[in-house]
Amino acid sequence: MYAFGRLPADFENRNDELSLNDADATECSLGLPHSPLDPQPSTFLMATTSFTKKSLGIESPEPAVTPTTNNSANTTFAKKPKLGGGKSRKREIPEGLWTKCPKCSTMVFDKELDENLKVCTQCQHHFPIGARERIHSLVETCSFEETDAEMSSVDVLNFTGMASYVSKLADNQKKTGQKDAVVTGIGKIGEHRVGLGVMDFKFLGGSMGSVVGEKLSRLIEKSTEKNLPVIIISTSGGARMYEGMFSLMQMAKTCGALAYHAKAKLPYISILTNPTFAGVMASYASVGDLIIAEPGADIGFAGARVIKDTTQAELPPGFQTAEFLLDRGLVDAIVPRKEMKQQLIDYLDFMTTGQRKAAAA
Amino acid sequence: MKNQLDFEKPIYDLQNKLEELKRHPEAHSLGVSFDEEIKKIEAKIAETRKQVFSNLTAWQRVQLARHPKRPFTLDYLRSTFTDFSELHGDRLFAEDRAVVGGFARLGGQKVMVIGTQKGRDTKENILRNFGSAHPEGYRKALRLMRMADKFGLPIITLIDTAGAYPGIGAEERHIAEAIAVNLREMMLLEVPTMAVVIGEGGSGGALGIGVTDRVLILENAYYSVISPEGCAAILWKDRAAAPKAAEALKITAKDLLELRLVDEVVPEPLGGAHNDLATTAANLKKHLLGQLEQLEKLSVADRLKQRYGRFRAHGHYVEKQLAA
Ligand SMILES: [Zn+2]
Repeated sequence: MYAFGRLPADFENRNDELSLNDADATECSLGLPHSPLDPQPSTFLMATTSFTKKSLGIESPEPAVTPTTNNSANTTFAKKPKLGGGKSRKREIPEGLWTKCPKCSTMVFDKELDENLKVCTQCQHHFPIGARERIHSLVETCSFEETDAEMSSVDVLNFTGMASYVSKLADNQKKTGQKDAVVTGIGKIGEHRVGLGVMDFKFLGGSMGSVVGEKLSRLIEKSTEKNLPVIIISTSGGARMYEGMFSLMQMAKTCGALAYHAKAKLPYISILTNPTFAGVMASYASVGDLIIAEPGADIGFAGARVIKDTTQAELPPGFQTAEFLLDRGLVDAIVPRKEMKQQLIDYLDFMTTGQRKAAAA
Repeated sequence: MKNQLDFEKPIYDLQNKLEELKRHPEAHSLGVSFDEEIKKIEAKIAETRKQVFSNLTAWQRVQLARHPKRPFTLDYLRSTFTDFSELHGDRLFAEDRAVVGGFARLGGQKVMVIGTQKGRDTKENILRNFGSAHPEGYRKALRLMRMADKFGLPIITLIDTAGAYPGIGAEERHIAEAIAVNLREMMLLEVPTMAVVIGEGGSGGALGIGVTDRVLILENAYYSVISPEGCAAILWKDRAAAPKAAEALKITAKDLLELRLVDEVVPEPLGGAHNDLATTAANLKKHLLGQLEQLEKLSVADRLKQRYGRFRAHGHYVEKQLAA
């Protein structure tokens, strides 16, 4: 009945509503699998829809309602042309696509939004951003080596609800061009080589199943082995129900890997983005040496609706936002997306002091 | 009767008949046929119980795990264990009575026992918050575990919770963080650690005291990433589909053992733990002592390595794209 495994409902509906303009798809710099040289055209599918004339972005987490696919999406979406090849793509995007900011109601051109890392140019509202686009905004050009890119989930429980897990996975892989809800790899941020894991909400609500847990655990282990800091950028509705208890065990697995990383005195920075809840929040996202949040992000354990239903109480203003959690002592700092890279470099400069002294001695 | 489940009804009916008969022996003129009658009913009860309980569905087991008469942590602390000496508080904010913990003896062994605790009646349930802990419960648990680690006491946790509490105070004091820190810290405790799911294993709230060398489960307990009702509401859009969800999630002791998510199933007597606490408690003691003996043979380094490996191994995935 409680928070874990809940795919906050509207979250998943909203998956279809996210604007997927991954600007980096046109560049080779990331060593990402969907470079223009990639022989797999299906990996380009992630950028075929964009939103027009409808507010997007995630207001408040509303769990315990019903997810599944939003079939009416076509009526509210303007189709962008599918990509034939990476390079020419941007020019093929028709003019006039814009998005209404859910916070200030300004109509922002998608192109401007992309150039501004999906942050409203008027009010600084942080829109959802894809994992690859985010990585692109943080790492040095051509420095990111993705790990376990091909790993994908299996339907270990043979799970069939109203839709089977197998079909859900296939739909989400097709829709997003991703194999699962996290991208991991090692890259350079400033002068710092780091293990970087970035979750993507548009893949099944960023839910954590075996693949998310395994990729992150491998990343953490590899970072421990190579004496690297770990940075994990979370966005998730929680554990993935379709994998039952295997999903829950990913919480123990990732925290266990972090226990040994911490024992080696290596820095771990957890970045919470909108939204981060339940099983992810109650595991690796909450045990950073630093816990950083993006402005306005909804963050918590249980969803607001569950809390309301359980307690029958009015929720305090700003409940479960990044700012609320900073006031109550969980979050070290709130860092806007556009300042994130420089801030991470500065933090890591401090956090690797001991390591550098030891190396110099 | 609110203390009985639907599928227990035929058994209770027979038991009532038996009691009625015993209460009015004078109604029977012949002593011999009276005794025979009693024997007949007793045999019928045993047979019915066997029938009902040898083929329980996942949903029926969930109901048994939530049975109002099911033994709770404190019941085992008075039976499986002796000399329980309760220790209170997280030293930070409050005493959370949804979690109990303290020194106890298991046979000849001195141990630390920590468990989530439900209430038997409304008054106690308010005190225990229906077995759903706040952050303080998890922080108290960690405080006691660290102390046990310091003094070389093996740690046994008993899990029986619908989940960690989804409330305003819990969020304000960071219940997710409290659970997460436990997951990380339990991985490095040097003493032998064992968890037993004795009733409900409700998701992260259960795992928050469940990262141990061995994970045991009672035969009719369940352990799940989400409640069957919650899963049904989301994936079937109907809470009434909970029995289907219970089946699909593979949450029974038998399923979990087959999937190797638990190490051992502790058998319950026919009719369930609530039907015979003494036998259940003895079974639990036997299994815990057996596991503890094995764990104590290992070096600290081996134990930690195995504990990490145990959780590290959970998960199913493919590394290469399957041919479509
Ligand atoms: Zn705006």
